[in-house]
Amino acid sequence: MIEPVTIRITINGDDYERPVEPRMLLSDFLRNDLGLTGTHVGCEHGVCGACTVLVNGDSVRSCLLLAVQLDGAKVETVEGLGATHALHPVQKAFHDCHALQCGFCTPGMLMTTIDLLRKSPLADDEDIREGLSGNLCRCTGYQNIVRAVRQAADELNALKTDEAVS
Amino acid sequence: MTETMSKSAALSREAEDLATRPKIVGASVKRTEDPRLLTGNGAFVDDRKAPGVLHVAFRRSDHPHALIKSIDCDAARKADGVVAVFTADDMSDVNAVFATSRMKNYHATPITALATAKVRYVGEPVVGVIARSRYLAEDALELIDIAYEPLAVVIDPEQAAAPSAALLHDDAGTNVLCSREFRTGDADAAIASAAVRVSGRFRFHRKTPTAMENRTYLAEYEPGRDELTLFTSSQVPGIIRDALSDALDMPGSRLRVVAPDVGGGFGGKASLYPEEIFVAFAARRLGRAVKWTSDRMEDLAATSQAFDEIIDAELALDASGHAVALRAEVIGDVGAYSIYPWTAVLEPVQVVSFLPGPYKIANYLGRVRGVATSKPPTGPYRGVGRPTSTFVTERLMDMAAQRLGMDPVALRLRNMIQPDEFPHRIGSGIIWDQCAFTECLNAACETVDYRGLRARQAAARAAGRWFGIGVACYAELTGIGSRISVAPGMPINTGTETAKIAIDSTGAVTAAFGVTAMGQGLETTLAQVVAEHLGSRVKDIRVIQGDSAAVPNATGSYASRSAVLAGGAATLAAKEVKEKIIRAASHLLETAPEDLVVADGKVTVVGTDRALTFRQLARAVYLEMGRIPADKREELTSTKTYDPVFGTSATAAHLAVVEIDPETYQIKLERFVVAEDCGRLINPMIVDGQVHGGVAQGIGAALYEEVVYNDEGQNVTASLVDYIIPTATEVPPIDVVHIEAESVTTLNGFRGMGEGGTIGAPAAVANAVADAVAPLGIDILELPISPERLFRLIDNRKIHEDSSHGHET
Repeated sequence: MIEPVTIRITINGDDYERPVEPRMLLSDFLRNDLGLTGTHVGCEHGVCGACTVLVNGDSVRSCLLLAVQLDGAKVETVEGLGATHALHPVQKAFHDCHALQCGFCTPGMLMTTIDLLRKSPLADDEDIREGLSGNLCRCTGYQNIVRAVRQAADELNALKTDEAVS
Repeated sequence: MTETMSKSAALSREAEDLATRPKIVGASVKRTEDPRLLTGNGAFVDDRKAPGVLHVAFRRSDHPHALIKSIDCDAARKADGVVAVFTADDMSDVNAVFATSRMKNYHATPITALATAKVRYVGEPVVGVIARSRYLAEDALELIDIAYEPLAVVIDPEQAAAPSAALLHDDAGTNVLCSREFRTGDADAAIASAAVRVSGRFRFHRKTPTAMENRTYLAEYEPGRDELTLFTSSQVPGIIRDALSDALDMPGSRLRVVAPDVGGGFGGKASLYPEEIFVAFAARRLGRAVKWTSDRMEDLAATSQAFDEIIDAELALDASGHAVALRAEVIGDVGAYSIYPWTAVLEPVQVVSFLPGPYKIANYLGRVRGVATSKPPTGPYRGVGRPTSTFVTERLMDMAAQRLGMDPVALRLRNMIQPDEFPHRIGSGIIWDQCAFTECLNAACETVDYRGLRARQAAARAAGRWFGIGVACYAELTGIGSRISVAPGMPINTGTETAKIAIDSTGAVTAAFGVTAMGQGLETTLAQVVAEHLGSRVKDIRVIQGDSAAVPNATGSYASRSAVLAGGAATLAAKEVKEKIIRAASHLLETAPEDLVVADGKVTVVGTDRALTFRQLARAVYLEMGRIPADKREELTSTKTYDPVFGTSATAAHLAVVEIDPETYQIKLERFVVAEDCGRLINPMIVDGQVHGGVAQGIGAALYEEVVYNDEGQNVTASLVDYIIPTATEVPPIDVVHIEAESVTTLNGFRGMGEGGTIGAPAAVANAVADAVAPLGIDILELPISPERLFRLIDNRKIHEDSSHGHET
């Protein structure tokens, strides 16, 4: 067996120092070593997007990264958004719009949405659909996810406008 | 006098209350499941932590059909972290499971956890390795040495049906695992003398359900009690419990099967799987928790698949466009085994059962054979048989309309069973109760301004654009009761469900069911039904589902049954608990039962502010002895089983608008409309979501999704790069119109609706594509219709035309 390598990693603001086998996937590290099972694994070959997390502010497939590559990185996962009694605006928009059914793709959809909202104006629904096209959902037909992202984007834009005015 | 007044006052008050209070059933209540699923707090099987858990990896067959000559596991047993390696020889005390059927001409096949003596498809589990981690288990797979003696590959279903074909199951004596014929009238004679005939050889290729969560099984074992709990990503924990009880010789009291949060099912998680048997066996043998988490490649290679039918069909009409006869010969490729419990009969026979669809066709002849080949078994998939039957019948309708020079909608309306003609028995023997066929079709057309759309099409065609409109209409049997079976001849009961409702000593309401949610929001919708009939609040009801220990007998969720059956059982049980509440409260409040109203979790004396909360009432019943005399004290519980006996039906009309790029042959869906009747809506928001998702899968089936096996029996689409499912950019906005014609045959008028989206969409898309390219003189007989297939069709037509022109000159 190859010797483990110790990494330091910040996840949702918490610092961890852990030995990892070099072949350990980030997705397995999050789920099995740290117990952060909110990040789901749907294909393990980088297509479905269920395992999407943010690494240093960019959305990535955690099934395509090795934990050992992330020494010193800042990772955000679904557990870092809101809590059940205090949902993040994006989570609330998904709840309001019935944008989830089985909930398996949802953490990846949420993290992709967070990334989109930070970086893109999402001027029309085509932008949203394009932005979500790397995340597969088998239950919703995407329609309510698009609505939810639109609601969240509009809320955020309104907030920004308010800030600009005040 | 006073009593009469108070009674009528109470009645009018209750009536007023019911009229003004927002109804719980029928409201778009936000889902109670959401907060946990949105925050990463869901509990899918793979999320569960079991102390000391061991991990399974399977060495699967890389041969489509071969004898196993020897298996050498010595090196694997010695590998780092490996705890055990099992082959079929180690499992001789586990009984094989058979999907039996009362149907004639049917052959069951043995289902075992690991291949015994012979493999019959690529991906079949042969050896199970159990190790400290999944990584180590997978490492050891490579150290196993299996010697095979290859046998003749059985891939083409038509060749496999021939008497000379190599046999997958020697005991069956044939590869034709089932055959059946439906006959009404004399279709041959009616077709021979008909004015108009349209026909084709239709093909709907093999697809796979592809739930986002791969199948995952975790067995936990208590050696001290010989108790086993299997956590399974299954739609049917009750069926799995009963099957494992037989396989492992364990009583149900020590064998519990739990489906926690399940990440989609669509039928792919509605059958018993070899891996489920293996994990349960291994946990018991080793006295440890054992888990298997499928990867996507295994899912694409070994989860039950769907469709895969060849249909030779002919529709005959008189000169005025009245259908007179339908004849079809179907071959279904059912794969290597007859799946438990549904059998190989399920998918192909449903095609023939539903071919006459919503139309009056006096003469019908439908023949079907289900043929075994070296592929994974087909099983239930959203719609079962009906996506194919609807594709064929609705294509024939459009072909007939074109031949007659009639509008396809007008032709359908002419042939549909009219609102005053129900119940109606179709040629296969199915009886439609009151179905909203014409209402749905008219509503879909109205929504899109059908005439305006046709005008748009004429303009687009004039400009050389490939623009098409397609409609598809169907009905499905839903909420099936005990008098008919979900799969013909299947010996297990799929026609009842049980609800167990209890108010405990804290006043809390727990409602337990045997059905299982895999995304459809049953925790919310069943709570709505309970709240409505109990007088409680949705948020106060804890719904337990997906647990074989919750009720004595249950199956699970499939066949659009849960709203009808579990909803019906919930209604009966809630009403009984409410009666008990009223009797107790009547005693406690010294008020006549007629003067009490139960709502929002409390009992109120009408016209007063005197009330008891459920909590106060429960304390009085259970804890505060003496408040109610012992002989009047009733436990605030009820267990009720509901059987809709025959069940009901759900109907829809789908309308698709497409435009095809004449350069790239890319098919772009511009719009999609569904007008549907699922009876009384429990939660319109959830119904819309089910329709959207079903349509998206139907679009996938129509345009993208195909499992391809090559001539050597190898799956060449075993990744999500090759097996393509729709993304957000491929699914158009979907309009949903609800007809809401309440079923008269079920409690509450529910009809069930989980599958319909996938039934209508492939046919509607196929008709729209065919309509778009109709000026080029080609027909769409094969799904999915990829840009490549479309290109070849058009190209072949051009070559054909060129060569005929050649003859003319």
